[in-house]
Amino acid sequence: MTTKLLTALLLGTSILGSAGVAYADDVTLNIESWRGDDLAIWKDKLIPAFEAKNPGIKVVFAPSAPTEYDAALGAKLAAGSAGDLITCRPFDKSLELFKKGNLADLSALPGMENFSPVAKSAWQTDDGKASFCVPMASVIHGFIYNKDAFDKLGIKVPETRDEFFAALDKIKADGTYIPMAMGTKDLWEAATMGYQNIGPNYWKGEDGRAALIKGDQKLTDKDWVAPYEELAKWKPYLGDGFEAQTYPDSQNLFTLGRAAIYPAGSWEIGLFNTQAQFKMGAFPPPVEKAGDTCYISDHTDIGMGLNAASKNADAAKTFLSWVASPDFATIYANALPGFFSLNSAPVKMEDPLAQEFVSWRGKCKSTIRSTYQILSRGTPNLENETWVESANVINGTDTPEAAAKKLQTGLDSWYKPAK
Amino acid sequence: MAADIRPKRPFRWHIGVFLAPAVLVYTAIMILPLAGTLQLSLFRNIEQHQVFVGLANFRTLFGDPNWSVNFWNALTNNTWFFIIHMLVQNPIGVMLAALLSSPRLRFSAFYRTAIFVPTILSFVIVGFAWKLILSPLWGVAPHLLDLVGLKSLFTPWLGKEEYALTALSLISVWQFVGIPMMLIYAALLSIPEEVIEAAECDGITGMSQFWKIKLPLILPSIGIISILTFVGNFNAFDLIYTAQGALAGPNYSTDILGTFLYRAFFGFQLQVGDPNMGAAIATMMFLIILGGVCVYLFLVQTRLRRYQF
Repeated sequence: MTTKLLTALLLGTSILGSAGVAYADDVTLNIESWRGDDLAIWKDKLIPAFEAKNPGIKVVFAPSAPTEYDAALGAKLAAGSAGDLITCRPFDKSLELFKKGNLADLSALPGMENFSPVAKSAWQTDDGKASFCVPMASVIHGFIYNKDAFDKLGIKVPETRDEFFAALDKIKADGTYIPMAMGTKDLWEAATMGYQNIGPNYWKGEDGRAALIKGDQKLTDKDWVAPYEELAKWKPYLGDGFEAQTYPDSQNLFTLGRAAIYPAGSWEIGLFNTQAQFKMGAFPPPVEKAGDTCYISDHTDIGMGLNAASKNADAAKTFLSWVASPDFATIYANALPGFFSLNSAPVKMEDPLAQEFVSWRGKCKSTIRSTYQILSRGTPNLENETWVESANVINGTDTPEAAAKKLQTGLDSWYKPAK
Repeated sequence: MAADIRPKRPFRWHIGVFLAPAVLVYTAIMILPLAGTLQLSLFRNIEQHQVFVGLANFRTLFGDPNWSVNFWNALTNNTWFFIIHMLVQNPIGVMLAALLSSPRLRFSAFYRTAIFVPTILSFVIVGFAWKLILSPLWGVAPHLLDLVGLKSLFTPWLGKEEYALTALSLISVWQFVGIPMMLIYAALLSIPEEVIEAAECDGITGMSQFWKIKLPLILPSIGIISILTFVGNFNAFDLIYTAQGALAGPNYSTDILGTFLYRAFFGFQLQVGDPNMGAAIATMMFLIILGGVCVYLFLVQTRLRRYQF
């Protein structure tokens, strides 16, 4: 099976290779990516749009499987056979490539000014001086709710934490719906959809995150323990046996209409739109008092960089500038609702749920997940530990204080903030 | 005198020729990688270069609480995993074999096949199927318990720290109980009729025949099964990985040496893999298994009595 596939792929590449020869006058750019799912969007929408504007440059999107991408890319870069354009994972994996000299410095690329510092932070050196990938998309956290259920029970969309818990109480008392669809079996739901979702409101987004990296704040501080205290309060609102509820279970529970609220990431929008038979809405993580500044996790997820060894660097830079343009952002964001362009220029999107998510950028302050930059480089790995501890807090195995203390002790064992 | 006349025995090339394929293949796919792992565990990646550090990786593994706590946790869990197999899988296997070898049992070929089939299933299928069976939302387990009025006994076993490892061990037992059954069954069938008849003449029948005649005769097979179980359990990884993920939740309660090695060697999510520490853990696994096998070979097997018929 694998051999057959491999043969087919090899044959395919040889045909593509000869196709390249036929257009010998044109420059052909190859894109390395792990997003095989996006193949159709690239082939049918993005690449034709670019080629129409830039005659003489051909682009080929050549994805590999997500689990193999990093290893395959590393091998290709070492052998000098990697494509001209490289899809960048956020943070350390790409930073490592840049440090090895595989990715070119793009700080001066025309179009980079279209991105905010938060958007660029995932593909910058620690001091923020050099940027090496053009930010493509981010995912936003919040809560998706079943509008029909809310209407039936007469609940209005909660803005403050008190309203949020009042709504949960009301859904629970009614009994038709499970108040919240989330499980702790896969661990990451608790951390990503729980802790990183509601956390930024407590630690004040970028301020808290930067202070944590600088060492001015600790995970045992009030602002960092408080989200765990709220998570611990979620337990009674989760479904029966949530300890063994997996991520697909949670998705199904919500899309089948059995649960009222789903702590979400915006990447769910595409799937939920096709599966759910009811109207959906979304709200950002509730704040403490009405009128407080809200913070959202607008997490940088995917970018694109230039292979430093590319022979077509100029053409590749033209392409990257286009990726940085509002044109690209509009096509991309509409083709993949839930993956939002990081471009500062407002992008018009058709999907109402996606519009709701992206509208929070206007009224709330954006931040990224607190554990991703710098803090997850050592052993124990802060991100993995956050998964485990967030699940522990919801399961009641650890108190919020104990969880925070474990995380900080682990972090202290290898991380010495620069003073 | 005779020695002078006898022609010099020619060098027996055919032995080398016939051994060569096995030796070469075994060396290439077993011995070299093993040696490579042992070597890797003595090095460390310092600024993109592999530097020889002696036993420093092992000192980290046992001395640094960030590693040692996980290692001992994994080893304890692994030992429990093995104990469950020894206490549940092997006795049940022996019992099933004894039942199957009874001449009065009808459909024994069907039972034999049915019990053996899970063994050839992929871990992925087993892990996924049991996750569904035990699912508190759509699983058949809560439903079936409800039918007999025991719904209160149901808990989300795979999600509870205190039950998850035992539940997974029992799933693994379910999958592999066919192997001891088959081996013991074969051993039982090879017991000569004369021995059984002699026992019957002496008035030893039924249960006491099993305990006094058959069990001593199949003890060597039970020994082999124990050692196979030991090696299999301390190398286990797949079931935990498919059912609980690489972080072996909840709270590392199902983390065994295999999953611990996987996270260290290949990394997980934001954790970057560290092949050198991974190799150190793999070396420890190798030594543990080697130790267990040696104990068996030198202490147990030499004392087992073999009967020649």
